[in-house]
Amino acid sequence: MNLALTVFYVLAAVTVLSALITAFSRNIVYSAFALFGSFAGVAGIYILLGADFLFIIQIFIYIGGILVVTIFAVMLTQAIADVNVSNRVVGMFPAFMVIAVVGAVMLYALTHTSWPHGPGATLVPTTYGIGNAFLGPYALPFEVASIVLLAALVGAIVISRQAARE
Amino acid sequence: MSSGPTLTHFLVLGLILFLLGSYCALTRRNAIGILLGIELILNAANVNYVAFAFFSPVAKYDGQVFAIFVIMLAAAEAVIGLAIILAIYQNLRTIDVSANETLRD
Repeated sequence: MNLALTVFYVLAAVTVLSALITAFSRNIVYSAFALFGSFAGVAGIYILLGADFLFIIQIFIYIGGILVVTIFAVMLTQAIADVNVSNRVVGMFPAFMVIAVVGAVMLYALTHTSWPHGPGATLVPTTYGIGNAFLGPYALPFEVASIVLLAALVGAIVISRQAARE
Repeated sequence: MSSGPTLTHFLVLGLILFLLGSYCALTRRNAIGILLGIELILNAANVNYVAFAFFSPVAKYDGQVFAIFVIMLAAAEAVIGLAIILAIYQNLRTIDVSANETLRD
């Protein structure tokens, strides 16, 4: 077993164990904090796949932004330590059935498809190529994304102002 | 990278993350718990995008560009979702999605 495979299994174990805690913990605080391990493991996977810019983006936006805002919201809402209030779980059996069927179909599909498969990219800095892609073929989606972010910003302010006024 | 992790390794990791996120989003009655599950699903999609971009013989950066778009939409979704959750909590004093049936009546 070579080094890359060992690193992959360690990162995958961190990611999957944290995701297990997120999915099955009875306390919403544990779920939110376990998501940190999952995001960090995925960031390591990005490094393994040679995506250095995405690694930094993952750290900045997911761990520094989304996770902090989520934990902030968890702390702001009521009775977080009370399991029956904070993290009630219903419909476990139907959910198990659904994810078992979906998982079996997807596992069959991904093991029985011959993906177009190169040997794997060489590890070079990706910032230059991503920047060229954003200003070249992806210029229009890039501009639309900025409008989406502006709409989200204004929408969040409007919603929370209405909440504060009442 | 001859005996390193193959494309299937990363796809199976993405599948496991997606299933755990789906389970979390399906069974939680806490609205924030549902958002956590959706974040896991989006991360699984990103793992697949970047893995395909790495192993693709032609497209070098397209997968990573799409992953950046997914991360951007995840951030916008988290901000709007949490703003709505806090507004609901201010009005109804609960974020249990089974209890919030005001819109239905």
